[in-house]
Amino acid sequence: MAAKGYKAAARRALEQQPEVREAVTRATLHFDQNRERAFGEVEAEAWRDWAAATKRHTLSRLDGYLLEAEQRLSARGAEVHWAEDAEDAQRILRELVERYGVRRVVKGKSMLSEELEVNGLLERLGVEVFETDLGEYIIQLAGEPPSHIVGPAIHKGLEEIRVLFHEKLGTPPDADPEALAAAARRVLREAFLTAGMGISGANFVVAETGTVVLVENEGNIRLTTSAPKVHVALVGIEKLLPRAADLEVFLQLLARAATGQKIGTFVSLINGPRRPDEPDGPEHLHVVFVDNGRTSVLADREMHEALSCIRCGACLNACPVYRQTGGHAYGQVYSGPIGIVLTPGLKDPALADELGYACSLCTACADVCPVRIPLPKQILAWRVRSAGRAPATERAAFRSYAALMTRPRFYRLSGKLLRLAAPLTGAPWLPVLGAWAAGHGALEPSPKSFREIWEEEFEGA
Amino acid sequence: MRVCFFVTCLADQFFAEAAADAVRLLRALGVEVSFPRAQTCCGQPAYNAGHWDEARRMAAHTQEVFEGCDYVVLPSGSCTTMLRAYSPRLFEGDRPGYEAALDLAGRSYELVEFLVKVLNAESVGRGLAGRRVAYHHGCHVSRELGVKEEPVRLLEAAGAEVVPWEADQECCGFGGVFAVKNAPVSLAMADRKLDTVPEVDVLTSADGACLLHLAGRAKQRGLGVPVRHVASLLWEAHRGG
Repeated sequence: MAAKGYKAAARRALEQQPEVREAVTRATLHFDQNRERAFGEVEAEAWRDWAAATKRHTLSRLDGYLLEAEQRLSARGAEVHWAEDAEDAQRILRELVERYGVRRVVKGKSMLSEELEVNGLLERLGVEVFETDLGEYIIQLAGEPPSHIVGPAIHKGLEEIRVLFHEKLGTPPDADPEALAAAARRVLREAFLTAGMGISGANFVVAETGTVVLVENEGNIRLTTSAPKVHVALVGIEKLLPRAADLEVFLQLLARAATGQKIGTFVSLINGPRRPDEPDGPEHLHVVFVDNGRTSVLADREMHEALSCIRCGACLNACPVYRQTGGHAYGQVYSGPIGIVLTPGLKDPALADELGYACSLCTACADVCPVRIPLPKQILAWRVRSAGRAPATERAAFRSYAALMTRPRFYRLSGKLLRLAAPLTGAPWLPVLGAWAAGHGALEPSPKSFREIWEEEFEGA
Repeated sequence: MRVCFFVTCLADQFFAEAAADAVRLLRALGVEVSFPRAQTCCGQPAYNAGHWDEARRMAAHTQEVFEGCDYVVLPSGSCTTMLRAYSPRLFEGDRPGYEAALDLAGRSYELVEFLVKVLNAESVGRGLAGRRVAYHHGCHVSRELGVKEEPVRLLEAAGAEVVPWEADQECCGFGGVFAVKNAPVSLAMADRKLDTVPEVDVLTSADGACLLHLAGRAKQRGLGVPVRHVASLLWEAHRGG
């Protein structure tokens, strides 16, 4: 992306792509209403408390659960790999591609694979990559990154997709959505049958059973993980759940929070490669546990709860800031409230200097998070860390403001000055008021301050 | 009962008449209101911008100013939230400061909240009969203080019709430092509110800062949405019957 930073990208999105704001607002409001209805059908508050506690517990004993999962997976014939960072994960993937002589890969939707830049790597290796989630396929054709955790093409309207498919797949320019989906299906069916490797993420991994759990609505993940000879699951180390029984709530909570469904249309529980008595499934299963910054988030007293995230996207759907631009403006893999909190921790704290302020602190996200991540509090904590690096002018401005507000006499005097100066200028020479005036017109002080009214009307009365 | 009025800096300078209406209403309901003169700003702009040393100094000043008040009443849901929910966080690790912050938190009320929860008012008057009102739920007052039904109840008790509004609980986009740092997004959020607001006689809220943002934006766009603080509407309700 050409934009440097959120601020410029958000401005450009609003000025140049008003249709994105419209598409994203419509879709997120729809998701959010569905979530609200679906939460209303169950004891959502109790579920959220339990899910939050379960995730916090798991994270507090993550090392033990990871080793337990590795042991179970290995016992069933899966090969477990550990990747410390993206480079490490890429190396593992490259070795697997070479080991099996893979020329073609089908992929299930995985945000971690975006983090690791898997598609770029595979293309460099001369491997043909097919995203098989319809939304992911659309943005792959468009050459764009996902703009939403759950709905990667949420920013695209039907017309734009028609044009794209017409150009890339030769569908009629006025094809209906069914025809567009059918065109994608034709391409993807062929890919499923010929790919040498399927790459997926994981929604959960159960420690006690070593089960990789995948949730989807299209059936493409089931094909990705069972049709090719090799299945590689990329798993963030925070994805663990202690017990299979925990899935009962987590599967429902994830679907309800994400789309308002009771449960995903397809839930795959993968325990290992194909066994001799099984008719299908991959010959080889590789599970790659990836850190890529997660342990440093885990060690962060103020941020560790963000690793509880189950990637439902509910905070994006509830976020009025996200709705104005969609995810691309954030310039990162993860956008919206969870993106603001996770990205600086996973990558570089300095990223918070701009991202931390892509939030009005309205706290709508905290109301919807199924695992009760204190997102607004964490965003603010990033701001506190960024404030020390703020430009000298900003720091000086806040120092003077505090000095003024702790000296009542100066405060009163400045109120009087404001009234004297305002009729002359509308105070646009003050930087903050000037920026305000551009969008709102001049900020006009009340003719009399409350203090003056108090003295005239109430004092001694 | 010593009730102190914390006008808040923004109301003092930019919506002083609404703040005066709040005092007029409180006095008309028999509340003796005093106005500690050394009061300034609660410090929220610094708090929300991440400049916590500055915010802490202002919070400490505010604690000192309102010492000895049984209640502190504010015509601003957002500043009330600063005192109630946010200010204590500034003093974590400083026991006396933390206790002073909690003590002030326990005595602080947003105006409508004070009317309903402390004065047990079910109605302040009937003077809004026939008026169609859109009520903007400020994020802080509704989500952090949990004051959602109270203002609507008082408006309806005054005879007003509170018209359903699909975006009534969405953020207006002000957000303090946010409006300055990301002005285009902030304005787009105000536009979403203004583009969905139903046909009404007046748009109101318990948060003056949201209203300054919405009113300024409406004026800039040439929209004729009249905007008034809920304190002014409730005072009108009282005077009119």
